[in-house]
Amino acid sequence: MIEQLATMAPGPLHWLVLTALLFAIGTYGILTRRNAVGVLMAVELALNSGALNFVVFNRYVAPAGVDGQIMSIFVIAVAAAEVVVGMAIFVVLFRHRQTVDVTRMNRIRD
Amino acid sequence: MEYELGFALRNAWLILAIPFLSFLLVGLLVRPLSEKAAGIIATLAVFASAAFAYAMAAEFLTLGAATGWKTFVPWSFEWLRFQERMAVHIGVLVDPISILLLVVVTTVSSLVHLYSLGYMHGEAGFGRYFTFLNLFTFSMLGLVTAPNLLQMFVCWELVGASSFCLIGFYFDRPSAVAASKKAFIVTRFADLGFLLGILILGYFGYQVAGEVGGTRQAFDFLFLTDPVVMGKLNAIGAGILGIPVLTLALCLVYMGGAGKSAMFPLHVWLPDAMEGPTPVSALIHAATMVVAGVYLVARLFPLFATSGDALLVVGYIGAFTALFAAVIACTQDDIKRVLAYSTLSQLGYMMFALGVASVEHPLGYTASMFHLFTHAFFKALLFLGAGSVIHAVHSNEIWRMGGLRRKMPVTHLTFAIATLAIAGIWPFAGFFSKDEVLAAALGSGHYGIFGIGLLVAGITAFYMSRIYFAAFWGGARTEGASHAHESPVIMLIPLVVLAVLSVVAGFFPIGEFVRFGAGHGAPHGINPAIAAAGTFAGVLGIGLAWAIYGSGGTARAEALARAFGGAYTVVRRKFYVDELYLFVTHKIIVRFVAAPIAWFDRAIVDGGVNLSAKGGRLFGFALGSLQTGQVQAYGSWFAGGAVLLVLVLWGLQ
Repeated sequence: MIEQLATMAPGPLHWLVLTALLFAIGTYGILTRRNAVGVLMAVELALNSGALNFVVFNRYVAPAGVDGQIMSIFVIAVAAAEVVVGMAIFVVLFRHRQTVDVTRMNRIRD
Repeated sequence: MEYELGFALRNAWLILAIPFLSFLLVGLLVRPLSEKAAGIIATLAVFASAAFAYAMAAEFLTLGAATGWKTFVPWSFEWLRFQERMAVHIGVLVDPISILLLVVVTTVSSLVHLYSLGYMHGEAGFGRYFTFLNLFTFSMLGLVTAPNLLQMFVCWELVGASSFCLIGFYFDRPSAVAASKKAFIVTRFADLGFLLGILILGYFGYQVAGEVGGTRQAFDFLFLTDPVVMGKLNAIGAGILGIPVLTLALCLVYMGGAGKSAMFPLHVWLPDAMEGPTPVSALIHAATMVVAGVYLVARLFPLFATSGDALLVVGYIGAFTALFAAVIACTQDDIKRVLAYSTLSQLGYMMFALGVASVEHPLGYTASMFHLFTHAFFKALLFLGAGSVIHAVHSNEIWRMGGLRRKMPVTHLTFAIATLAIAGIWPFAGFFSKDEVLAAALGSGHYGIFGIGLLVAGITAFYMSRIYFAAFWGGARTEGASHAHESPVIMLIPLVVLAVLSVVAGFFPIGEFVRFGAGHGAPHGINPAIAAAGTFAGVLGIGLAWAIYGSGGTARAEALARAFGGAYTVVRRKFYVDELYLFVTHKIIVRFVAAPIAWFDRAIVDGGVNLSAKGGRLFGFALGSLQTGQVQAYGSWFAGGAVLLVLVLWGLQ
């Protein structure tokens, strides 16, 4: 399969491997980053892998319509809004606790 | 009913409703507002039921002469229906003995209520006392008028419960608490037998009901004492251990009666029950509740007479108790305990009077009810007199009294009348009833029981005169006795009324209407020979007591006690029956039955429950350590789980 990927012109398989890799990297980042901004960036990767998937399936499965592409534009718009809200929360959080280390956000445990 | 009923019999439900409503009113509404008003209202209510009972009695007496003293149920309603022929009614049964008991119970109860207004004056719990007293009166009336075994059983337990509450009235005193528990447990043990007896009678009664037809219910007295039904029940034959079913059932029923009437060996609770206030002892533990056992046997007398053997058990246990208790009474120093043993002895009298009666010689039935009637008055009088003395001297010990004759003239006179009445001296009430009991024993050919009865008559006169002389004659032995003075008028009125009743009750022609069977209607006159023997025994007892205690000193009594030595100690310790009970219950039942069961309960039953609880706790702790508060840790679990799930689904494909 690796050989096939390396020798052939880019097809749906290449794009799907790419989005899977992007999603895996994003998930890894979400689970391991200690800085909240880093977590947010990793979330962006995961979201964009999803958006790219929409485009890929639009292109290869139903090329007549543009539904998948419109959906990916939605995802980008929502992601932008989410980043704004997320960053605003981090600013407030930093003012209160002088840190944005997510491992220290465990007050609710006790 | 082909005869016109009067107002009281038509509204017979009032006899139960008056004390019950008064109990609710006093207990729930009046008592929190005013203790004093509670006492007065309770007393008035009981006087009202007494008046109503007299009205019922008057109507029944006029009616009875025309109907031949027929038993009937003027009022009832259905309460429980188990089967077509096995329904339980709440109602009022009217026959000569229930009317007799109604009169006795309401009379004594109203006088005791009145007396208590003075005796309990200023005590804490005044209102509570009267509430329970009213409850007791209601329960006792319900018991007396029960038309079937189950209403009787329910009221039987209710009188037991109110007796429990009143014995433990001074609940801050450990001895009173112990006594109330003892009374409750001993009688409850006996009631187990009663309930079993009821179930057996009900079971076979139901079968017989199917055979004979008719409309009466299996538990009804009118059904069970029907000659055809009794014949069928008697014909059932052997039950367990070769004992006929009927005899077995009646012995079990009698066990309940023996517990309530404190027959040997279930008598142990009654002397201890004297821990309650004295008027309670007069009402419950002398005149009314303790005769419930006698009443039960009398109520089922036709059945007992059919069985025969069961009646012999009643007779011999009664005779033994009469003698046993009388002997103990001679050695007790607590005036109320002497009276308690005296009550046991007299209850034995009533029981053996029933025991010697039979279809051929039914005099004992009349005699027993007659003795119940007279005994209620003079024993209540003795207790109330003792209460008056205790009230004045502040002690129960007869040796701490003495010389009260001049300081308490009314109490002295009434107590003397009661003493003569119980000793069986003409013309006091006890003479007539005791004579009839003895005549019944002799007439039916039970010479041994007759001998015991005569002996007990002498002993009774002796121990009653003993406490009379010790308390009222001689000089005051303590400070308390020398400063004693007469009780208030409100306490003296009941004494005087009861004293009058103790004199005249014997002339009541009870044989005219309380009798068993036809053709034996002739009321029993006085048999000169028996009367002379009984009176001789009584006079001998009084004379002996006078010789020993008449001086007021204790020297002769102590010398006599020394002369008897060990025998005296054994009797004084009540033949060690209490110790035997403690040995059996603590050393045997507790050690070999209760302790293993308790161990099983704690180790196996509780252990199993605790084990599962501990397992759950450990599991919870283990899971709890996974909850770190780190969202990323949860995310890792989630991601790992998702991957695992995908792999599993993949593998399953």
